[in-house]
Amino acid sequence: MISIFFKRIFLAIPVLFAVASITFFLIKLAPGGPFDADRAVSPQVLKNLNEAYNLDASNWEQYLDYMSGLLKGDLGPSFRFPGRSVSEMISTGLPVTFELAFYAILIALIMGVISGVIAALKRNTYLDFIPMAIAMIGICVPTFLMGPLLVLIFGINLEILPVSGWGQLPGDKILPSLTLGFAYAAYIARLSRGGMLEILNQDFIRTARAKGLTESMVVIKHAMQGGLIPVVSFLGPAIAGLLAGSFVVETIFQIPGLGRFYVEAAFNRDYTMILGTTIFFSAMIVFFNLLSDLAALWLNPRSRDSS
Amino acid sequence: MKNSSLWTDAFYRLTRNRAAMFGGFILILLIICAAAAPAIAPYSYSYQDLNLGASPPSSDHLLGTDVLGRDLLSRILYGARISLLVGFVATGVALVIGVSWGIIAGYFGGRIDSIMMRIVDVLYGLPFIIFIILLMVIFGRNLWLLFGAIGAVEWLTMARIVRGQVIGLKNQEFVLAAKAMGVSNFSMFRRHLLPNILGPIAVYATLTIPQVMLLEGFLSFLGLGIQPPMSSWGTLIKDGVESMEEYSWLLVYPGITFTVTLFALNFFGDGLRDALDPKTSDN
Repeated sequence: MISIFFKRIFLAIPVLFAVASITFFLIKLAPGGPFDADRAVSPQVLKNLNEAYNLDASNWEQYLDYMSGLLKGDLGPSFRFPGRSVSEMISTGLPVTFELAFYAILIALIMGVISGVIAALKRNTYLDFIPMAIAMIGICVPTFLMGPLLVLIFGINLEILPVSGWGQLPGDKILPSLTLGFAYAAYIARLSRGGMLEILNQDFIRTARAKGLTESMVVIKHAMQGGLIPVVSFLGPAIAGLLAGSFVVETIFQIPGLGRFYVEAAFNRDYTMILGTTIFFSAMIVFFNLLSDLAALWLNPRSRDSS
Repeated sequence: MKNSSLWTDAFYRLTRNRAAMFGGFILILLIICAAAAPAIAPYSYSYQDLNLGASPPSSDHLLGTDVLGRDLLSRILYGARISLLVGFVATGVALVIGVSWGIIAGYFGGRIDSIMMRIVDVLYGLPFIIFIILLMVIFGRNLWLLFGAIGAVEWLTMARIVRGQVIGLKNQEFVLAAKAMGVSNFSMFRRHLLPNILGPIAVYATLTIPQVMLLEGFLSFLGLGIQPPMSSWGTLIKDGVESMEEYSWLLVYPGITFTVTLFALNFFGDGLRDALDPKTSDN
């Protein structure tokens, strides 16, 4: 188990290094500099700007400069917001995005696991069909449609929840979290149903029942531990999806999180911001994948014993 | 002749699956509508009736008009061309890369296999959405780049599936016999391996199309995908969201179209999987 952990960490470092390098040189390919935007600046000013941001050095020098900054956690200055560094912007946006993602995952896990487990236990009854039909809707209605529809219903027609914002009005965190969580609730419901169905047919469940355990004991203690392994393995990749979802949800609800910063940076061609956030997102996703793989390994007794 | 009987068997099972048949019917209808859009659309997608502005559904404009006075039904029909095109072409790109990658890794095995699959593992763990956005920002938002970028992301699972199938096949007698007869690697892939794994490939391709369409919708929604005056369903939904407070039909109709299409594709894909692989149809 520990050796797997270290192997994975050693693999992650060169991967992140490659991501940083490839992104850096891709961005150098981009047409136009960061300063030839709306207002034309005089050549002298442009020269000074380029000097200040070290843009007149060779690509190679800039690359070495950037990478050594990266090791110290310095992602450079933002091109669009003078005086603010990329690390600073990430640290203001990150807590908001984390909070949103946390609520979304919580909603997804509670709704998904409960309905999935019940659906598996009450197979082929309406307690199975109805949640699974709703889950199909959750998978087929994309976040960028679900969000506006929820706003239209609860925010505009019923006027019971705020239509945008984060932490300014009471209840304004509900719709964004629901929007983001719903799609994952659907996937988790399907995964936990499938996982539970597989486990419930196994011999050790029959043994547990035969020795007279109560049904709730069988389900909670014996079946769910193995039946939910697919859900745990899904959580790592789900983080990557949550990130993409946060781009949409934060744009719809005007939430000042990392996702919206990224989309804005893409529009403004704020190259250092794009570069910095890309590296940061990659590091985060690699980390969460590692975490969920380890958790799934640990839950599975067979792989736990063998290593 | 065993091959054809597998397919006729599967086809029979598919026709008995009502959800899948319904999905297939919707899909065929959509493809016909998209192909015939210039003939059946009541207006051009860019024709503006400036006197009208945004108007609710009426007998002249069955689904109403948008803020610029453009007929929504026509725009949805033309949007279907772009959305379906992205869905099919990007899936095609993913198919070509994924199948070749998987066959080569599975067939040669050993070091080649472990290096190739390790690459897939590593790519799996990266935030690809971000790379697509990055590419769109750097190289401009053009349609062909969008196909390539989405396709380049979606091939990973296909490669894994194909590799697994090939490993199962490569020690069977007919492959060994072909090898003993000195068949070249390329015709081994084309004549002997590929026909035997068409089933899983078809199933996974059908299930990839809705994912690709979602991805395109997502990018267009953020304004990073299809650019005006062209419109996909994603851009129509984006436009609808901007004016949904006053003109809710501009969000609702494109939204329904998009969702129904995704439903149809998912139902058809699930049905196809059950038909081709009766073992898994139980859960």
